[in-house]
Amino acid sequence: MSFYEKMMTLDRRWVYLCVGIAVAVPLFVPFTVPVSVTPEVRSVYDFVESLKEGDRLFIAIDYDPTVMAELQPMSLTIMRQCFAKGVKLIISALHQNGPGMAEQLVSLVSKEFDKKSGVDYCYLGYKPYPGLTILAMGQNFRIPFPQDYYGVSLDSMPMMQGVRNYDQVKAIIAMEAGWVADSWIRDANGRYKVPVALGVTGVMAADYFQYLPSKQIFGLMGGLKGAAEYESLAKQKERQATGRMKVQTIAHIMVIIFIVIGNVGFFMSKRKK
Amino acid sequence: MRWQIPLLIVLLCGVVVAVQYFVPLEELEFIYENALDWIIITGVFAMMLGLWSLFRVSISKVQNKAPGWGYNLITLAGLFGMLFLGYRVESLAEGSLFMKLFRYVYIPIQATMFSLLAFYVASAAYRAFRARTVVSTILLATALIIMLRMIPLGFLSNWNQVLANWILTVPNMAAKRAIAMGVGLGMIATALKIVLGIERAYMGRD
Amino acid sequence: MDLGSALWNGLAVFLTLCIFSILYKDNPFYKLAEHLVVGISAGYFAIILYYNGFLPKVWVPVVKEGKFYYLIPTILGIMMWTRFSRKWSWVSRYPIAAYMGIGMGLAIPLTMYAFILTQLSATMQPVGFANAKLINNLLVAVWVLCGLIYFFFSKEHTGAFGWAAKIGIWTLMVGFGAGFGVTVMGRVSILIERFEFLVNYAKALIG
Repeated sequence: MSFYEKMMTLDRRWVYLCVGIAVAVPLFVPFTVPVSVTPEVRSVYDFVESLKEGDRLFIAIDYDPTVMAELQPMSLTIMRQCFAKGVKLIISALHQNGPGMAEQLVSLVSKEFDKKSGVDYCYLGYKPYPGLTILAMGQNFRIPFPQDYYGVSLDSMPMMQGVRNYDQVKAIIAMEAGWVADSWIRDANGRYKVPVALGVTGVMAADYFQYLPSKQIFGLMGGLKGAAEYESLAKQKERQATGRMKVQTIAHIMVIIFIVIGNVGFFMSKRKK
Repeated sequence: MRWQIPLLIVLLCGVVVAVQYFVPLEELEFIYENALDWIIITGVFAMMLGLWSLFRVSISKVQNKAPGWGYNLITLAGLFGMLFLGYRVESLAEGSLFMKLFRYVYIPIQATMFSLLAFYVASAAYRAFRARTVVSTILLATALIIMLRMIPLGFLSNWNQVLANWILTVPNMAAKRAIAMGVGLGMIATALKIVLGIERAYMGRD
Repeated sequence: MDLGSALWNGLAVFLTLCIFSILYKDNPFYKLAEHLVVGISAGYFAIILYYNGFLPKVWVPVVKEGKFYYLIPTILGIMMWTRFSRKWSWVSRYPIAAYMGIGMGLAIPLTMYAFILTQLSATMQPVGFANAKLINNLLVAVWVLCGLIYFFFSKEHTGAFGWAAKIGIWTLMVGFGAGFGVTVMGRVSILIERFEFLVNYAKALIG
């Protein structure tokens, strides 16, 4: 077996080991990589920055712990930015395994800013059939959510007085890990014309660019890079995504090396034949 | 009656909510709001089907001592453990044993399972990602340009960023738009077939 | 790190390593963690469904507020459970029919508006060669058309139609390549977080 053929039949566990080393080593080496901000992330930041005290923003935390690494940093940063400005938040968690994680996030940030449930934020929780829940909220939040996650009636909350549906919120920023992103675009923006911005996982990032020129979404944050871009604009103390970008760089170099080696081996072993 | 009435229900519900989109009558809006409300409630019960199915499958494997039945016992232990710990509403608050199990058992396992994909992506890139044909070369070249966004290349970085942003906002957008429109047309065709009763697979068989 | 935190995080580290062990080969530790998470997530979801779904939408309106008409969707929901019975599974068709009718009826106008008409209108923008924006608009229009032509299989892909389909598949490959490029970032992100967790735990233990 020639060297190139051996290269082609390399045990995949060596590949796994190389990836593991590529991800682990940079965690111990202090360096930073530059993050350039794209217009679609800047438009989300500028929008949140333009909100005034007392304005209401709807944040949809529709992801589960599997994609926490990408979407949690952007959720944290936006919530902190909003609470610092006195913006009131209405939060939903339409992923079936997400409500607990979203509740942890909301509790964490609300404690930092001494914000109270029902006064400064309203955490609605989960309901099945996300598409229909999104449509129902467009009529009245109380149709799917007569009570919040903690069992408190929406009608008894000071911040929900006079708040009936999306007409009373400035926009929806939806953190999505699946097809519910399409529902926010089709149902919330399509039917009720509420401005929508998306924070999506890296896997989905390339799929939503077509909604930017059509103005169905006003901003798009894609994956860890999108989160790092937002953090660089927000300039907050905690920057989870920014710290991870250096590891992304090394891991990407590793994957590119694998692709190049694989193709070199393929063409050389073909030539030998 | 086992087919006709359900098909009539599909037709009526479908037509009423579709018409409601175009005709802003108060009566139709009332029907629309209550329809959404009621369907969400049926959804609560429908979701329980999956849980019952899991219970049934696991119990049957344990009873029949199927290979690996011990693992099904662990599944059942996890299921009933969470049900027992979550029976009080205070369990949903941070710090409870219920939430600790969610945070220190569920989250690490789920997140780690998905993180394995990083290894598999690298392995697939090494073994299968070949520039064999024109189309695969285009795919490979585009992927490399997009991945190079993450790597500081000195003076080349600016050019790569511009090229990568252009790829994402022009050809990639065109491709995804074509796919989205195709999928949208397919979705509408399927929805029409279901409302008109032509497509009935979702109802199961007699 | 206090003892309680150390033990709980230690459990999380152990389970993380159990899952990582599959990379070497299948083993009982991986299977243990895999089956445990299925049970835990099912139990968790059941509780969430009870407190977020059943209590506020069924129990409170019917029992506490006297809104007995909510018994109708409750009965419809219970009818879904007959799905498992061979003799009575036809009963589940009624609530499924209602759900499908409402879902599909809503999907038709909303999908047409959001995914077809709005996207078409965004594609039909001013084109030309005077500046980059006009050129990009022209390229988008041509490539979207070619992409749609590729998916039209009722006519043979020959001649000019064939060339348009070829440009279409090339455009689609650019889209898939871009998708793969960002997918790598997405998958690696989750792995980074897991390794960070392991490293932070080790650092906390060492002090």
